[in-house]
Amino acid sequence: MAEWEAIKPKNKALGWFEERLPVLALVHNVVGPGTPTPRNLNYWWNFGSLAGLMLVVQIISGIVLAMHYTPDTALAFDSVERIMRDVNYGWLIRYMHANGASFFFIAVYIHILRGLYYGSYKAPREVLWMLGLVIFLLMMATAFMGYVLPWGQMSFWGATVITNLFSAIPVVGDSIVTLLWGGFSVDNPTLKRFFSLHFLLPFVIFGVVILHIWAKKVSDSGNPLGIDVKSNADQIPFHPYYTIKDAFGAGVFFLIFAYFLFYMPNAMGHPDNYIPAEPLVTPDSIVPEWYFLPFYAILRSITFDIGIPFTDVIFVPAKLLGVIAMFASILLLFFLPWLDTSKVRSAQFRPTYRYFFWFLVIDMVVLTIVGGKKPEGIWPILGLVGTAYYFAHFLIIMPLLGKIEKTLPLPESIAQAVTAKAAK
Amino acid sequence: MSTIKDTIDGEETTRRDFLHIAAAGGAAVGAALAVWPFIDQMNPAADTLALSTVEVDISQIDVGEGVVVKWRGKPIFIRHRTKVEIAEANAVAMSELIDKQTDSERITEGHADWLIVTGICTHLGCVPLGSKSGDDRGDYGGWFCPCHGSHYDTSGRIRKGPAPKNLAVPEYTFLNDTVIKIG
Repeated sequence: MAEWEAIKPKNKALGWFEERLPVLALVHNVVGPGTPTPRNLNYWWNFGSLAGLMLVVQIISGIVLAMHYTPDTALAFDSVERIMRDVNYGWLIRYMHANGASFFFIAVYIHILRGLYYGSYKAPREVLWMLGLVIFLLMMATAFMGYVLPWGQMSFWGATVITNLFSAIPVVGDSIVTLLWGGFSVDNPTLKRFFSLHFLLPFVIFGVVILHIWAKKVSDSGNPLGIDVKSNADQIPFHPYYTIKDAFGAGVFFLIFAYFLFYMPNAMGHPDNYIPAEPLVTPDSIVPEWYFLPFYAILRSITFDIGIPFTDVIFVPAKLLGVIAMFASILLLFFLPWLDTSKVRSAQFRPTYRYFFWFLVIDMVVLTIVGGKKPEGIWPILGLVGTAYYFAHFLIIMPLLGKIEKTLPLPESIAQAVTAKAAK
Repeated sequence: MSTIKDTIDGEETTRRDFLHIAAAGGAAVGAALAVWPFIDQMNPAADTLALSTVEVDISQIDVGEGVVVKWRGKPIFIRHRTKVEIAEANAVAMSELIDKQTDSERITEGHADWLIVTGICTHLGCVPLGSKSGDDRGDYGGWFCPCHGSHYDTSGRIRKGPAPKNLAVPEYTFLNDTVIKIG
């Protein structure tokens, strides 16, 4: 862990306060001039701070929306329409919140893929990685419940399908679903509790983000070369170097965000959610938001039971197996630090892993496409192959590859690699 | 004084140890008891449970047609089956069924032309198509769930697709030949 420097402000009043609660030292040592950071971070390292910024955007716009929204099945849809039509700048704030969720996920997905490529999950950063996954799971729960609130057709049926996942649990499944609903179907009690939890969870996420940054402070930032910092020559202060780089990245990111916000605010939404919820009519196809599609594809791809062949004995029915596969696809990532047996962190020095990383990215894109299609024709089998490959990547390829791959020689130090590159 | 020394050493079990464990145990039980109301409040409230029964007049439903009524927030399918549909439901070999039930287990005796099932796909809770004329009734002439492609037959039994169980049969009684009471 990097040294912790005390701050002694010249201003007497500030000094008096700092002695009693060292907040300036906290900023100084975590994102300030007193935070030595590897000098070779590339632009893929911007997405952590971008995700943090999107969390702030979501919390601010969400608090404002809560001032105008009514969590009641009879009023929810209309209150959202009122926000869109009557509340001053309501359309802007709601579109910001809806598209903000998508951009939050874009930033987080790139941030996770960055970690996968550069081996950011490896010792000593395992806990840092796991805290990130906790944030990801909390985000998924929050986004799901938020999507239910406008009480459109997709809200209602999305909520119905996802809560029904828990009915797959043997013995207690149905009781759990009734408990989640507070009734015998998704209805008013469900909407009200989802609103309450959708308000709460972002602050829980904020708390875990603090732990995530704390863990980063303890184990230091990783870097594209994946080698440890050896001397001061390998590092530069976080402020001003990375604060300015993050700020520039935020400018570009927000520009793209603004383009969606102002020119195509419904591009990532589903038109059916502008139809009020109707419990007796299921839409033609129920499609989750794009950021859930790969996991939805994994869920749907399992249509076979596990049992003794040619008999009626079934150990794990298809429905339960699909649910297990979907949750396992994320929980698996918690074990990645041990599934990956390679001593080398960065894919820059792992010529074979580099290919498999991109195969995994392609696999995720395929699953995303499959998740958005009706389960007919080629799509179910493609989903099954994609699911099988996803699990094979983490359970077979990663453990084996670390043992057999011939990695490239690592540079002596970050400073040496950076100056050698500059000399060329 | 010797008692305190013993406790610090941890050599002997003392009355004080007992008090510590009893107090901690009591606190744990108390905390568990306090948690229960906060879990149980999520379960259906009294007014939700009190949702009464529904009576449906079925005299207007022609042979071959179906209706959907709402009971406890869920759709209930009522179908007036044709002779052919009943025959089809009875002709299926048990070995072909995923969730093995005969047609007679799923209807009221003497009212074989009426099939009454909960209109919720046993996969993930969508409402299957097939109650309205013109709907896709699937490969087995019953219902078809558009969400994940489950096919149900004319007895509401699952025949193909990811759903594990037959469409549930709700509690209902024939008050007379033209009125049924659900619930």
